Amino acid sequence: MEWIQQLVNGISLGSIYALIALGYTMVYGIIKLINFAHGDVFMLGAFIGFYAIVRWDMHFILALLLAMVLCAVIGVIIERVAYKRLRNATRIAALITAIGVSLLIEYTVIFFRVRGASPEAYPEVLKNKTIDILGVQISTQSIFILTVSIVLMVLLQFIVHQTKIGKAMRAVSHDADAARLMGINVDNTISATFAIGSALAGAAGVIFGIYYTRIDPLMGILPGLKAFVAAVLGGIGIIPGAMVGGLVLGVVETVVSALGYSLWRDAAAFVILIFILILRPAGIFGKNTREKV
Amino acid sequence: MKKSKVFWGYAVIALVLYVVVQVLISTGALNLYYQNMLITMCINIMLAVSLHIVIGITGQFSIGHAGFLAVGAYISGIFTMNLGMPFPIAILAGSAVAMLAGLLVGIPTLRLKGDYLAIATLGFAEIIRIIFLNIDYVGGAAGMLVDYQTNWTYAFVGVAITILVISNFTNSRHGRACISIREDEIAADSMGINTTYYKVVAFAIGSFFAGLAGAIYAHNFYFIQPTTFGFLKSFDILIIVVLGGLGSLSGSVIAAIFLTIVSTYLQGFPETRMIIYSLVLILVMLYRPTGLMGTKEMTDLFKFSKKGVTKA
Amino acid sequence: MKQRKLKKLASIFLASSVLVGALAGCGTSTSGGNSVSDDSDTIKIGANLELSGNVASYGSSIGDGATLAVEEINAKGGINGKKIELIKVDNKSENSEATSAAIRLAEKEKVVAMIGPATSGNTVATVSIAEKYKVPVVTASGTAPNVTENKDGKINDYAFRTCFIDPFQGTVAANFATGELGAKNVAIYADNASDYAKGLAASFKETILANGGKVVAEEAYVAKDVDFKATLTKIKSANPDFVFIPGYYEEVGLIVKQARELGITVPLMGADGWDSPTLVDLAGGDALNNTYITNHYSSEDPDATIQEFVKAFKAKYNEAPNAFHALGYDTVYFLKDAIERSGDTITSVGIKNALAETKDLSLITGTFTVDKKHNPVKSATVLEFKNGSQVFNSKVNP
Repeated sequence: MEWIQQLVNGISLGSIYALIALGYTMVYGIIKLINFAHGDVFMLGAFIGFYAIVRWDMHFILALLLAMVLCAVIGVIIERVAYKRLRNATRIAALITAIGVSLLIEYTVIFFRVRGASPEAYPEVLKNKTIDILGVQISTQSIFILTVSIVLMVLLQFIVHQTKIGKAMRAVSHDADAARLMGINVDNTISATFAIGSALAGAAGVIFGIYYTRIDPLMGILPGLKAFVAAVLGGIGIIPGAMVGGLVLGVVETVVSALGYSLWRDAAAFVILIFILILRPAGIFGKNTREKV
Repeated sequence: MKKSKVFWGYAVIALVLYVVVQVLISTGALNLYYQNMLITMCINIMLAVSLHIVIGITGQFSIGHAGFLAVGAYISGIFTMNLGMPFPIAILAGSAVAMLAGLLVGIPTLRLKGDYLAIATLGFAEIIRIIFLNIDYVGGAAGMLVDYQTNWTYAFVGVAITILVISNFTNSRHGRACISIREDEIAADSMGINTTYYKVVAFAIGSFFAGLAGAIYAHNFYFIQPTTFGFLKSFDILIIVVLGGLGSLSGSVIAAIFLTIVSTYLQGFPETRMIIYSLVLILVMLYRPTGLMGTKEMTDLFKFSKKGVTKA
Repeated sequence: MKQRKLKKLASIFLASSVLVGALAGCGTSTSGGNSVSDDSDTIKIGANLELSGNVASYGSSIGDGATLAVEEINAKGGINGKKIELIKVDNKSENSEATSAAIRLAEKEKVVAMIGPATSGNTVATVSIAEKYKVPVVTASGTAPNVTENKDGKINDYAFRTCFIDPFQGTVAANFATGELGAKNVAIYADNASDYAKGLAASFKETILANGGKVVAEEAYVAKDVDFKATLTKIKSANPDFVFIPGYYEEVGLIVKQARELGITVPLMGADGWDSPTLVDLAGGDALNNTYITNHYSSEDPDATIQEFVKAFKAKYNEAPNAFHALGYDTVYFLKDAIERSGDTITSVGIKNALAETKDLSLITGTFTVDKKHNPVKSATVLEFKNGSQVFNSKVNP
């Protein structure tokens, strides 16, 4: 009984990781950059949703859409201003810039908020009813999160495999120069990728706020890192992989806590990462690519 | 003969520097506030130089350096506080264990490349931190009290040894092997250089000196706790190395000095400090990604020898 | 020839540096403390606070409370005609920065007193600086005993606090659980990252066992976490009839909410770390029914002085003050009282002596006297949450 409850806990947590991981995996797939600022876009989405609901009395679905749109814009701005120039520079320069952008977003939010670094609480917008199935308490909010995540993933798969822009994205991530030669506007494709990835992060932020209630300016750091681990776990650049990776990570973390090692929970993500990188770097769904000399 | 002349030249400069500052401290002209800043500078130099040999010279993307700092700090703290050993022995112990930790982390992860290696090292540093967080013997989350034992002498000697060893390593054939790995690992491999061996050696040296810095650090701030050694600390060190220029030892030193001063003066502007810091970081990365010195050294600017080793 | 000369020069330097090094060991700088000169019209008080980093919200809250107090005092003419200048330095929630900040305040700014860091860990790091410079440090919220008393039993002469210490609160809670609520099997779910929570948990457990109760589950959570369901499920399966949750409101709010969602209906209790309007926002009024806390004060307390403070605070900051705001405010008044008693010339040593002699000082968070261990002896209040408001339950005197 307790184990089924723990599984439900883990899947709910994992769905949020999955949503953030989707954005990570897309951006990494296309420009091979670990976008450290992704976790902070997630945070911005949560705050945009919060202000929309509390200040402008928006319905939460509208707030969710608003957050997605604004985060997409923010993602493109970050890409254009900070990352574009560094596409041909060393990887470490791009990584450092990403860290810089991440810190800048976090501390600018703290600076401009009246309450500084203090947390905010999301008002109750989605009535949470707990359904009792055989002694296991499943909240309607958990079901909501899982549903939204699956819908977004299906939507994303559709975009990537059935639309022109998706085809362009796949082409650029495979070989940017060849894509350019084929007439694909690489810059716009990359911006589109950032837009979609950031929109997903923004959605994750609002959902996180609804489910976990508490948001604060530094909330994006750890989930961001863990989502990256999830993306690697599933196979970086592979969309269903990010979903599966997120769910697996959520369940593993919950199991670690359930066994009584809750203080080691955050380490669990990193231990998984190291094992995956050493044993199967391509991830669960990835293909092993040989390095040609 | 020329080489030893260069060496003695530097030795004299170093001695003068040491003596001047020591005199200033003893006569009370330099108060505790500036002393503290100088010692922090020395610690940052040690950290930056030790990371420089891993990232700048060998090209291994390690962003978990704070983990080794933590190991050095805690182990040396245990030696002085719980085992009652004298400070120099504690420093050696801290550095040695940090080096062991470096080997433990390095051997499995050095087969990874680029971003994956970066995240793996970050992950290891987090694991080290969480381990210390959960061990009550070292105080766990509450941290550990450590006696104040550091002074200018220890800090300066630490910096001198660090720079001496690492610059000699860089200029030796071992150093050149590492540089070749940085430039093109596959080519180096095919030329018969044992890339795994050298990567691990560079990593071990880097973690040894990070541990040394950790020992000095722990005995300077009265108190250490796991939250100090999180990934933000690793980034602090990384920022110094990158700002100074990857591949330039003097660049790391200069950047360490500069950023310590900046950080100390920004302490008076609590709200805007982080914003300025991150903006500077982004702007430097956007407009001068090679950092302040690129791969050049200060010595390239002074003509001490006619035949210079040109660095790419 | 040149080489020989160089070597000679080097050896002279070597020798002289050894000599200087030997002399260096003899020179130690002792400071006699800072003071305010008679013709100066400002009293500098330093505030070494966590304004960024992990516990920025606590540090900022204390800072805000202190600022309000300073403004009030200055508006009424200051102390002995001199205005207070509050100098805030950010310690980034890190103990190394706390040490540097303390040095900066004592050495460079020459403050006569320091309002210490918010957390016990960071405060401990500044105590040695306080001793070295003979400038007293008063922490508003550092509740761990080792701030004022080190492990050998020696009292830190220059360390003080405005809050009560952990062992007291834990005992009060335990007695309440076994006495008032008749609990027999209790569970403890503490914040593992704070000495505050650990200290509370320890004294709570001790008293429970002394009262004949049983601890059926003892778990810990990580600060900044948001998902506690895994551990709560585990606690639920141990079937406790009372759960003690010492920690801070940021996590507790979520823990209480998730506990109720999982079907844990037994009474939950915590300490002053719960106190914040944000707690109600996070948990929701319904979840908080049947929960209790021990606290310094309540913003809903009808007492006239407290309501005046609440009104002034709301006017300036647009929110109701929590315990950290109140403690920050009280710390300034604690210092004011000591400064007034310290004599005609204001010196840091004089303030230290006056602080230790504080008796029956009436502040927002209670009336107190400072005991021999530099801890304030003050009463604690037990409050119950009803529909999101704190309702007075009982007052416990030490």
